[in-house]
Formats: sequence, structure tokens, C-alpha cells
Amino acid sequence: MSKRHVSAVVNGDPVEFLCTPEQTLLDVLRDDLDLTGSKECCSSGDCGACSVILDGRLVCSCLVLSAEAEGKRIETIEGMAKGEELHPLQRRFLEHAALQCGICTPGILIAAKALLEREPDPSETEVRFWLAGNLCRCTGYDKIVRAVLDTAAEMRRS
Amino acid sequence: MNDIPLAGTAPKAELKWVGTRGPRPDGLDKVTGRARYGADFRLPGMLVGRVLRSPHAHARIRGIDISKAAALPGVKAIVTRDDFRDMPSEFVPAGEMMVNYRDIVRNVMAREKALYEGHPVAAVAATSASIAREALSLIKVDYEVLPHVIDAAEAMRADAPLLDETMITAGVDPAPTKPSNVAKRMEFSTGDLKAGFAQADFVIERSFATKPVHQGYLEPHACLASVNEAGQAELWCTTQGHFVVRTHCAKLLDMEMSQIRVIATEIGGGFGGKTVVYLEPLALALSSKSKRPVKMVMTREEVFLSTGPTSGAHMKVKIGVRKDGKITAAEAELIYEAGAFQGSPVGPGCMCAFAPYEIENARVIGYDVISNRPKVAAYRAPGAPISEYAVECVIDELAQKLGLDPVEFRLKNGAKAGTRALYGPKFGPIGLVATLEAAKNHPHYSAPLGPNQGRGVASGFWFNIGGESCASLHINEDGSVTLMIGTPDIGGSRASMALMAAETLGIDVAHVRTLIADTDSIGYTFLTGGSRATFATGMATVDAAKAAIRQLCARAAKIWEISEDAVVWEDGHAKPAGQNAATFPPMSLAELAGKAGKTGGPISGHAEINAQGAGPSFGTHIVDVEVDKETGRVDIKRYTVIQDAGKAVHPGYVEGQFQGGAAQGVGWALNEEYVYGADGKLQNAGFLDYRMPVTSDLPMIDTVIVEIPNPAHPFGVRGVGETPIVPPMAAIANAISRAIGTRLCELPMSPPKVLKAMQAHKANGG
Ligand code: FES
Ligand code: FES
Repeated sequence: MSKRHVSAVVNGDPVEFLCTPEQTLLDVLRDDLDLTGSKECCSSGDCGACSVILDGRLVCSCLVLSAEAEGKRIETIEGMAKGEELHPLQRRFLEHAALQCGICTPGILIAAKALLEREPDPSETEVRFWLAGNLCRCTGYDKIVRAVLDTAAEMRRS
Repeated sequence: MNDIPLAGTAPKAELKWVGTRGPRPDGLDKVTGRARYGADFRLPGMLVGRVLRSPHAHARIRGIDISKAAALPGVKAIVTRDDFRDMPSEFVPAGEMMVNYRDIVRNVMAREKALYEGHPVAAVAATSASIAREALSLIKVDYEVLPHVIDAAEAMRADAPLLDETMITAGVDPAPTKPSNVAKRMEFSTGDLKAGFAQADFVIERSFATKPVHQGYLEPHACLASVNEAGQAELWCTTQGHFVVRTHCAKLLDMEMSQIRVIATEIGGGFGGKTVVYLEPLALALSSKSKRPVKMVMTREEVFLSTGPTSGAHMKVKIGVRKDGKITAAEAELIYEAGAFQGSPVGPGCMCAFAPYEIENARVIGYDVISNRPKVAAYRAPGAPISEYAVECVIDELAQKLGLDPVEFRLKNGAKAGTRALYGPKFGPIGLVATLEAAKNHPHYSAPLGPNQGRGVASGFWFNIGGESCASLHINEDGSVTLMIGTPDIGGSRASMALMAAETLGIDVAHVRTLIADTDSIGYTFLTGGSRATFATGMATVDAAKAAIRQLCARAAKIWEISEDAVVWEDGHAKPAGQNAATFPPMSLAELAGKAGKTGGPISGHAEINAQGAGPSFGTHIVDVEVDKETGRVDIKRYTVIQDAGKAVHPGYVEGQFQGGAAQGVGWALNEEYVYGADGKLQNAGFLDYRMPVTSDLPMIDTVIVEIPNPAHPFGVRGVGETPIVPPMAAIANAISRAIGTRLCELPMSPPKVLKAMQAHKANGG
């Protein structure tokens, strides 16, 4: 099987990789680029644990073929904190105990970040519908939604 | 051993750390993507392992031909039933259930027969995933397809296909002469049932049915095994109990425990479902054959097909009451599906059914029935949510019949300290009444309802367990503390342990780091399950901290040249016991740690315990629903969980347990079920069709933590993780019945069923 050469930018860094036609972006992130923060929990676009931002758009990386990443900018959970400083969402999730097992957390943080970038003042209902593609089996979502709303308020203030 | 007077460890004393909401030690790694879960490990030379699974619900395996697959370049090892020795029938405890190695070995790898769709029949290790997949397609299995049976009620019929031709129902005297799919009958009874019902003014009897539901942990099962030429193995896996994994693997593979080191990775949810082995023995066997590391990860479809959901059930519940609201007698018959091998949680189902109530005359009969489905595994308070759902629905109907408020009716009959439970013991201090009182007084309970809305209440009980736990607490030279425990952290327990250690030692929790030690680094510790981690490992942690304090005091005594019992530990410092003892300025833990080398060497505290006295936890839930009259869709409008935590060590994570359990209960009540076709195959093995609640399905979930201290625990802790999933199904059923004026007795209460019930009610003039 011939492999295809792909160049992309991941979390601001240029990357190059070879991929087979059936490999997903999630496969490449996890297996080739050692970015295991994006999680694979269904491989069918139903759980959101593999969420990344692709050229500004929130996607399930398990549904994106890696070859489609050519020339694109990809943001993953590993790029969310800026150096020492956590993204306000990351900080609020910790303060609110918005994670239990934490397997859904990277995907939810990325999805919430994408939401706040387009809507700095979401209502509770908007948060709930935006995050409806991200399953969490542990928390009942209460603390997650609160953490997102609190972050939005904090980011609006600053 | 003298008990050292410790400030801050009695439940009543002022607590500085226990009860606070600080950050968790593993939190940062979990919000940055750094935390490593089961599928995140790799080793040089690693192979990919894949499982071939039966496409049939029931089939005899006449032969397996692996020759073509074995010849495929890149295939390094194949295992089938021939690689596992048969095991005698032997029951041993695992979590809250008993397991039988004859069955475990057959569940890990099918032997005579494939007993459910998805039952493993072979496993392959290859240099790439695509080669492994191709190899699976080259394995030829000769199946003789047999008639199958999926539902327990059908499996109990005399003409049902037999899964196990040797199965004679246990618990029946005289023993049946013919085999059947009924593994066991059990009975719990007290008082005089006939006389009890004779005293009743009203009797209500109803039949209920529930479907199997999956724990739905997001992280699929995953492991990485590496076995060297000497047979020494390392195994990384996502599990609720790495010691239990070691026990099972050693047994199945005939290895010495000392040869297997199991490392618990971060775990992405379990809820009881990660207390058993599936991939682990296969990966070890493949690695041992290939002498290469083997990584295995399940797909979501495999998780649904082959790992344990909890039981579906058929139940009858009959309860009699006097006009004054006192329950006089209660009776239940519970039929639980075990899946392909015996061992459904019908035992705890029977014991919990009437546990929230003081009932003089009662009987519960349970049946454990096998059928062609995946073997059930524990799911949060295994067995209890099913039977208590049925009982709490009848309780609600009786309250309606009597014209009593459902909370008042429960208060009239509720179990309290001194009540003898149907299954034997007398309750100590318990919190049912306190949760009911809190429910009555909660603003939610008296808030107005809108049109098409109904409010439901239900209570729930779970035993909680203690058991074996170890803790090793090392005082580092700089005064920081490393705490090693053996219960995997599934929802913040490292934070709780750190808080309890800091409280006992009297130091800032920021200086305590809790780690989950592997099976070689700490003594045997039973799994995280039964809501035992914070209770039992918490007790071990406090004991280990006290052991370290004894040493710290001894070192101070040595420095001061006074006797050891003239030193007390207070607020993180050793102090002379009083003016008479001596007058020295107190020495801090850090000072003593810095001098440890000169005063006798390193300071550590250890504890190896079998914790007794786990306090049961009761809860009461209030829920408001709105029913769409056109579609039958049920919307959860408001939800409140009230539960006794004994003492909430980290209230944020206690609330999280309450909320998560309620959300899982909403799924169980309204949507989730295993759907089988006539061919015996699962039709909804994915998150799209097996629909778990998403953010937009739920409102905020309000919580009230009631604290009735458990006298057996130094801080009063009761387990809290399981009880929250017990009341939701009945609370929601009760709310729906009050919204639509008729009662559904089957889960899930999906829109078509609700619509049908409403139409039937209307046709009957309702
Ligand atoms: S793994 Fe991509 S959505 Fe679930
Ligand atoms: S915290 Fe476990 S799935 Fe969300």
C-alpha cells in the first residue's frame, strides 16, 4: 500500500507524516505524532472524545482522513495551555471538579474552546446543545456546563 | 500499640482538609491531555492484537483451522481454546460477586461452544493492525449453529435451547433431575407472609420488566502485555483492580503471581464493568508466544458485544398496607438474566429490594438465568437498581392509593437504626430518614409544576463494602509526603486520600502526593468497586499516617532524650506531652524528616488492613418530568439528589458521584437497552443507537449531601459511588405516572411506550 506524504501544522508546529489511505487523522495524531491526548472511544463520530480544531472548525478527528490534513492547521488538547499558563477553561474545569475519570475531558475542552471562540456569551441551553456531541458518562454534565459558563463570564471580563 | 492522641481525626473535631474542595493531584494531567489511559502506552517492537469473535448467538465449535492465518507474513502468534487449560468449577469472590474460573476461561475464549454473538474464538498478534485483521479473516471456524434464546423468561421454559447441558439448578431441594438454564434459585424471608397480607387493607401486585443496560464507560478496554523469555510479565491495563487482574491472569495462564506485574493505567470510567478480565489473558498469552509486547484495544462495537452490561429482569412485586399507612407484608419474585454464564446480581437484588423499609413479613425469591447474551458484569450497586425500581414503583402507587404524600409514606415505613434488614443484619446509624426529611424540606419538593408535568420521588439503598487495602506513606527528607495505594482512581480518590493523609498528619495537602502503586510495589489491595476505595483505602491511609506519626514522635523523643510516650503529635508537630514531660519548642514534620537520617533512618508508615464496618448509604431523589402528549417524549425538567455520604471528604467529587449516577439512571429509565434481532444478534452496538444521555438531555442536577457519620471510619466516611444509580428509574417512572395518569411497568420508558400507555389510558376513559 503506497503511503501519502502530508504536511500540516499541529499546535503551531510544522509536522510531516506518511499515511495510508484509510488512516484517520486521529490515528496519525495518536500513533505517529504521539499526541495521545485526543481519545478514541467510538471511532464513529458519536462521542467527541477525539475532538480537534481543524482550520478553525471543530471536528471529530476519527472522521477525518489523515490525508485531508494536508496544508491545514490543527489544534489539539496538547496545545491548549500556553506554556505554563492553562487556558481558562482548563483552570475552571479543575476548580469545578468538572472531570471524574477525565477521558472525555480533552474533547470537551476543545469543543468548549471552539464554542467560546464563536460565542463569548452562550446561554446554558446553547452550551448544552453545543456540547451534545461530547459524551461524558461520569459527571452528569452539571459541573461541565457550569465550568464552561463560568469561563465565558471570566473571559468576557478580561 | 498505643493509640496516639491525634488532633483532627475524630469526626467531631474541627477539620482542616477533609471536607475541602482543593485540586486533585491528577487533575492537571487530565486537562492537558498528558494523562495516560489504557490505549496510550506503547513499547518498542510492539505487536497489535485482535480478536476473532463468533458471529452466532449459539453454536458448537467443531474445529478451528489457523494454518492459513499462521502462514501470513507478519503474524507472530495466534491463540485459541487450545492455549488455555480447562478449569474446575470453583467460586471465588470478585467485587460484590462470586466468579467461577470454569466460566471465566470460557468467557475469555470460547471452548465447546460460542454462547453469544461476539464471544471470542481466537486472537492474533501481528506487526500491524491491517495484517492482524487479514489474519482473522483467514481463520476458519467450523460452527454448528444451534437454536438460541435471548430473554430470561423464554430461557426458563422447559423447551428452551440449553446453553450448558450440565447445569442443574442450585438452591432447589430436591435437586432437579434435568438440566436447565436456571443456574440458581434463592430465597430470603422473614415473618409470616400470609398473616401479613391478611392484615392489609390494600394489596398491590405488579409485574415489571427491565432490559440489560451497559455501564457505558467511554474508554474501551485496552491493555499492553510484555512477557520475556523467562516468563516474567508486565501488563499495563485499564482496570478497577489490577490485583484482581493479576489473580485472574495467574490462574488462567498457570503463572506464579510474582511473575506478573500489573500496572493500572489511568482509567476512563468503569462503573463495575472493569472488574473482570477480557483482553488481558489474551494479550499475555500472545506475548508469551511471540516474545514481543502485544497491545490490544477493543472497538466500541466489541465493548457492546462482548463485555458485561447489567442484567435485564422480569419481576413481580406485591405489597400490602393498612389504612394507616403501615406496610404489613411484601413479596417479590426476581428473574435476572446472567448472560452466557451464571452469576447475575440477583443475590444483591433480593437483599436490597425491601432494604429501605421496616417490614415484618417479607419474602423475596430470586432466579439466576443464563441465555445467549454477553455475561453480565457489575454495574454500580449491581442488582439493586433493578429490584428497587420495581419496589419503589409499588410504594408510590400505594401512597397514591392511600392518599398519602409519597415522602410521608416512606417516613412511616422507613428503615432506621435498629431495623433488621430482610437479609439479616440490624442497621446501625443510617441516613434514610434524614434524606427523606431533607427531600420534604427542599424547595424543589414544593415548587409548582407546569402542564403535562409530574413529580416523582424514590429512595435507594446500597450496602457498600470494605475489604483488603494497603497504604504506604513515605515521609520524604524535605518533609513532603508520598502516599502509595492500590485502588485505581476512577473519580478523584487520590485527592480524597491526600486530604485524609494531610488531615491526620496535620500538614498542608499540597505536600502530599498520592500514587497508584503497581502490584509489585504495594500489598494486595482489592479493587475499586463496592464504593470501597474512599472507605477502605481511606482507613488504610489514616492507619499508615498514624504509623508514620508514631515514628515521628519516637524521633522527637530521641532528640529530646525523653520517653516516647511523653511526646504527642498536634497540628503537624511533635510536642512534649505537657509541662511535666519537658519544655522543648515543637518540631515540625519537615524538621523531623530532615533529621531522619541521624535519628534512625527513613520514616514511613504502612498499613495492611481488611476494612470492616462499611456503612450503607441511602438516598432519595426528586425529579420533575414533562411528557410530550404528541410524541411520548419525556423531558427531565428538574432533578435533585439527596444522599447520606457519612462524611464528604471532597464534596465536589461526592456531588459528582450523585450527579453522574442520576444521569446514568436517566438513560436507564428513558432510552438505554440492548436490542436483539430474531437472529440473536445485537442491533444497536454503537453510541448512535445505544443512546446515552447527552448534555442537552439533562438539566442541572441539584445535590444535597447528608452526613450521618459512619462510626467505623475515622472521618465517618460511607461509600457514595453506587447508591446514586438506585433511585432514578423509579423516581422517573413515578413522575411520569403522575404526569400522564397511568403507570408504565417496563424500562426503558421510551417515547413509543409512553405514547402507547397514554393512548391505552385514554381508550379506557382515563
Ligand atoms: S472517537 Fe471520534 S467521535 Fe468518538
Ligand atoms: S469524566 Fe468520565 S467520561 Fe467524562
